[in-house]
Amino acid sequence: MTDFHVAQMNVAKLRAPEGDPLVAEFTAGVDLMNELADRSPGFVWRLKEEDVDLAALGIQPAPPEMIATMSVWESLEALRGYVYHSTHLDYLRRRREWFVPGESAMVLWWVEAGRIPTLRDGLQRLALLGAEGPGPRAFTFRQPFPAPELSRP
Amino acid sequence: MTTPDHLDDLDAVTALADRVRRAAYRAVADAAPDPAGRDEVAEALGVGRTLAAFHLDKLVDAGLLEVSYARRSGRSGPGAGRPAKLYRLSAAEHAVSVPPRAYRSAAELLAEALERSGAEETLYRVAEEHGRKAGPEPDVTTLLTGNGYQPATREDGRIELRNCPYHRVAEQFPPLICGMNLAMLNGLLEGAGLADEWCARMDPAPGRCCVTVSKNKTN
Repeated sequence: MTDFHVAQMNVAKLRAPEGDPLVAEFTAGVDLMNELADRSPGFVWRLKEEDVDLAALGIQPAPPEMIATMSVWESLEALRGYVYHSTHLDYLRRRREWFVPGESAMVLWWVEAGRIPTLRDGLQRLALLGAEGPGPRAFTFRQPFPAPELSRP
Repeated sequence: MTTPDHLDDLDAVTALADRVRRAAYRAVADAAPDPAGRDEVAEALGVGRTLAAFHLDKLVDAGLLEVSYARRSGRSGPGAGRPAKLYRLSAAEHAVSVPPRAYRSAAELLAEALERSGAEETLYRVAEEHGRKAGPEPDVTTLLTGNGYQPATREDGRIELRNCPYHRVAEQFPPLICGMNLAMLNGLLEGAGLADEWCARMDPAPGRCCVTVSKNKTN
């Protein structure tokens, strides 16, 4: 049994706001991909738009083109399986049709099993990755770091 | 050629210098995704079981094959016999170039630059054009084999590709490299004159190429 789960946050800028024909195929796939994630092995939790109250968090609402995902998985392998070894890969392959290059970022970090990260946690980890590059507290698929050792009595 | 890593790679590659052993390696590769037993390798090579086992175990020592044990008959319990020793290709890669070259590092830097600048679509176009140049070929299996893939037709008629020609760099940059591969395969089919009948699509799974080739739906 693992004591740590891996959390993921991704932000990206669409070429046009949701509802625009330019990004229609992407928008049409969002629900499909979310449902696929929900039933993928090792899936723990994901942020749902309706659960986010930016005002209550004191976070400035992002422009309508900015989209974000945040989720928690039992292991890096489980997350990798969903991201790269499922039909999700085909959406990733086509991301330049829908997203502005250089305006997206993804960060991974370890959370204690059972703990659900907040939007603020995710944004902080993204900022950390941007400022310091991959490290034990904010990393990427290409440069992962092992889960911390739990100190035991 | 002087670092310990290079010498290990050289050892692994020289383990294939023997003709029979190379044929044993190929027999195991051909059995994928299933592992191969000593008997079937012996049969494929037309040699005795003991000689086949000798070469297979030499390939294991060299790190080119991995061993697992399983009962092959599906029987279990008393009387089922000992589990058979089975062989499959090791996931480790060995590259030897003389003099040493670092094309893998170059590929990774190029891939990262393409991603960062958002030039994926250009890569896909280049790959498709490159694929088209391969020219006419009426047989899809010959086309795929001739271009470095290991096609295997499944029961539903889909052709899976058992190898990933870009494995190391594809693991680092999956959307980019698998997208490139998809474009290249569709280019190959088009250049071969097979695009009316066959189509490559993204169909990811671990342990094989993330692109499969299937028949176009016809009425």
